[in-house]
Amino acid sequence: MAHWLLTTGIMQIILAYLATAGFGVLLNIPRRAVNLSGWVGAAGWFTYEVLYQLLPSTIDVKLAIGNLVAAIVIGVCSGLAAHYKHMPMIIFNIPSLVPLVPGGQSYRVVRNLVTGHPDIAYQYLTQVVIIAGVIAIGFLIAEFINRLAWHFTHA
Amino acid sequence: METSNLMMQTTLLAGAILLENGAEIARVEDTMHRIANNAGYPDAQVFVLLTGITVSLPESGASQVRAIHQRGMDLEKVDQVNTLSRAFATKSIDLPTFADKLHQVNHAVPTFPFSWLVVAALVVSVTLMIAFTGHATPADLITCSLAGMGGFAVFYWVNRFAQIRFLSEFLGALLIGLLTLIGFYLTHNTAYHADAIIIGAVMPLVPGVAITNAVRDTMTGNLLSGPARAIEAILSACAIGLGIALTSFFY
Repeated sequence: MAHWLLTTGIMQIILAYLATAGFGVLLNIPRRAVNLSGWVGAAGWFTYEVLYQLLPSTIDVKLAIGNLVAAIVIGVCSGLAAHYKHMPMIIFNIPSLVPLVPGGQSYRVVRNLVTGHPDIAYQYLTQVVIIAGVIAIGFLIAEFINRLAWHFTHA
Repeated sequence: METSNLMMQTTLLAGAILLENGAEIARVEDTMHRIANNAGYPDAQVFVLLTGITVSLPESGASQVRAIHQRGMDLEKVDQVNTLSRAFATKSIDLPTFADKLHQVNHAVPTFPFSWLVVAALVVSVTLMIAFTGHATPADLITCSLAGMGGFAVFYWVNRFAQIRFLSEFLGALLIGLLTLIGFYLTHNTAYHADAIIIGAVMPLVPGVAITNAVRDTMTGNLLSGPARAIEAILSACAIGLGIALTSFFY
């Protein structure tokens, strides 16, 4: 595990940072938010990768739990970032989702249907449904955590 | 102009900018409520759908509608509307100034130049290809950069001129497929992973965020707008999947 963290782990953090910052530019987020939103994305993707390595279970369960926890991390981090930079949360949590979100799977569903592999398409469709649902629930939980934190720090 | 009329138009414009540039329905409703509240109309009713917004004042029996035809992603505009709405809440700008500034946001907002966007598409494609698949041979890297940039450039320009999102996504994906196919023949498939390249290169185009937003909108109780977003996302996925599939028959 320590070896994994030092090699693949650091590599994945850098890759996710770059991908999130790049996607932020594509979505035209304000320039002063690009760097911070890259780090939020890196935190989310790193959480997912670590859980994916650690969890001893089938791929669907790994996807579900990994994405759920990663979405909570992204939600809480972007809440903090939004508070720190006085910007709406959406500027940090939308670009940060790009490594997690089921975009690749959704295109694979259609591609496999067209090329005549309905069974593979069905597998990917399952993943799309699981990931999208779990990320939405993760954001709801993160929202709840943010409100609790706000309540206790300002009570 | 009457204050109530100006209030309704300003609220509608703020809501329309948010909705056209990627905010969730709950956020749009919340912002519009706040604006109406701060303008002194706490009983204003707001009704937001994905394709249109209504504001009404039950007391005076007045209401206004605004249709939303195009939806994209421009988070700079979302941020600026948010900043203006906060300034309005703290009374540092008044309603007419707020309306003027909103018009400015809608028409002139800083965007990244096209060259930056293409470089960003390259970065997103290549980094996600490596992160997802672990393949990074020189042939993979070169083809993925070219396909990522080309696909996004086609998507961007067709979108600019034709304003049909599904057509531009289809053509962008088709170019990605063609470039990958050319690479496949040039390298004779040695140290070359066509599937990895495609999954990286389509990442700037795929509707992943749209699918997630569809679920989020549905979960917050917007039972019409959520599924409508899902249909939009499914059409995008179909356009991209078809574009790639048309070239994948030749492998």
